[in-house]
Amino acid sequence: MSLLDVAQVDFAYGRGRAILSGLSFVVEEGETVGLVGESGSGKTTLLRLALGLQRPSGGTIRFDGAVLDPGDRSSMRQFRRQVQVVFQDPYSSLDPRQKVGAIVAEPLRSLRVSGDHRRMVEQALDAVGLDTGMVDRYPHQFSGGQRQRIAIARAVVCRPRLLLADEAVSALDLSTRLRIVELFKSLGHTMSLLFVSHDIGAVAALCRRVLILEKGRIVEVGDTAQVLSTPQHPYTRRLLDAVPRLAFGETP
Amino acid sequence: MTIPADTAILSRKARSWTLVAGLALVGLHLVVALLTLVWTPFDPTELAGRRLEAPSLLHLAGTDRLGRDLLTQIMIGSRIALTVGTAAVAIGAVLGTTLGLLAAFASNWLDDALAAALDILIAFPTLLIAMLVVAASDGANLSTAILALGLGLSPIVARLARILAKRVLLMDYITAARTSGTSWPAIVRIHVLPNIWPGLSVNLALQFGLAVIAEASLSYLGLGAPPPNASWGRLLQEAQGTVFSAPIGAITPGIALVSLVIGINLLADGLRERNDPARSER
Ligand SMILES: Nc1ncnc2c1ncn2[C@@H]1O[C@H](COP(=O)(O)OP(=O)(O)OP(=O)(O)O)[C@@H](O)[C@H]1O
Ligand SMILES: [Mg+2]
Repeated sequence: MSLLDVAQVDFAYGRGRAILSGLSFVVEEGETVGLVGESGSGKTTLLRLALGLQRPSGGTIRFDGAVLDPGDRSSMRQFRRQVQVVFQDPYSSLDPRQKVGAIVAEPLRSLRVSGDHRRMVEQALDAVGLDTGMVDRYPHQFSGGQRQRIAIARAVVCRPRLLLADEAVSALDLSTRLRIVELFKSLGHTMSLLFVSHDIGAVAALCRRVLILEKGRIVEVGDTAQVLSTPQHPYTRRLLDAVPRLAFGETP
Repeated sequence: MTIPADTAILSRKARSWTLVAGLALVGLHLVVALLTLVWTPFDPTELAGRRLEAPSLLHLAGTDRLGRDLLTQIMIGSRIALTVGTAAVAIGAVLGTTLGLLAAFASNWLDDALAAALDILIAFPTLLIAMLVVAASDGANLSTAILALGLGLSPIVARLARILAKRVLLMDYITAARTSGTSWPAIVRIHVLPNIWPGLSVNLALQFGLAVIAEASLSYLGLGAPPPNASWGRLLQEAQGTVFSAPIGAITPGIALVSLVIGINLLADGLRERNDPARSER
């Protein structure tokens, strides 16, 4: 049984055109999977479905064997503890009027996680490489990279089994980006990761397997090193050609 | 995200000056208003002197055309203005924010309908709406005036609340709250209200000023608090006929009105600056 199982999923916003069609893939427990596709190919939409924020118009999404049902409150609460997300923009993802402590503790409070919340927040901050004394500060006092660490701390504070990252390093400068990729790599030892990125270098550094998304369809799946070195689908080749070769420094 | 250019260029010193000046002006009116509950120089209905006396030690602001002490009436006017302003803005704020949030959360067609309705209502001046409400009720009194002004203000507040809330709802921290399992009511309480409040409060201060002026206008038109409630608007109206022979009767209520309105605006601006975490320490 896979941790996340997306089967034949279709989706359209309202009565608009199909954004995702017949999409299928799995993420296994402990696996780190990359999702690559050009802008508008439906990556964020797919994550919204996987988070239960939107319902697929066809097909099913299973988490840990159970079909995801956004209408079922108690199962959703269980689900939310296990699946968390990190966004691209470290500015819009933190409430400017809340202190770091409250931001990171929000999932614990809302999901009524038992235990010492203060300690769990400190552990999460520690895990992302932030000083635990920062709980009383406001987001504006941090740099983009630090803010992204705060957002990651919030995502891992309830120890999810699956972490979704939507372009989570794209807004950062190069050296910060490398350090946040390293952070994701270390988190990948304790949870599964679905890592959406334009940055093929980051995907290569993090993910053993990669999915290539074109206009809401998966056109290629495979071992990252293999897909990057010998892409089969013309779309993948075009996508790779658009990236400077320098970016493929590292492989997992 | 958006920093209003006018306040951004004010230095920190200038900002704290804003707060102090606002506190002083509003505080003065508040003290006077409270004082009138227990003491006024004269009884407001007492014919304490000759008609239209010039200011003297006994009557610091002179007397009106019936010989009543003007300072006494202006002091009572403070109480009425603060009461009307606070109550009307409170009604407008609660009603308007609720309506604005509903629209912000509503589905597309309902939001469009509400937005259009608000635009139509806003096209009618607050005062006109208030006049219609007073006219429709069974008589002019203080609570009718308050209710009327509160209703009149609410579309303006609603429109602003809707726009501010829609902007907040697009933020990733709202999505993060949802994936954190935070319920919609809690999201409104924890994230939406605190983030629309800075923008809203400045506007509410402006509305307070407008409510005080509108109450004066209602009273001026005879639709406000009836005598012996010495509203500034009624004082202005009564002084109208004698404005050339005894201008003090029109000047003093005018000064009182303007000083309160300016004070409220300074206070709101100063408070907002102080409460913004992103700017308090720079
Ligand atoms: N709320 C929405 N309503 C209608 N259409 C939408 C909405 N959000 C996204 N879309 C459309 O769905 C398509 C896929 O968008 P999505 O955000 O999933 O792409 P993406 O792969 O994440 O792109 P990017 O790399 O730019 O973030 C786009 O064509 C977009 O215009
Ligand atoms: Mg996207």
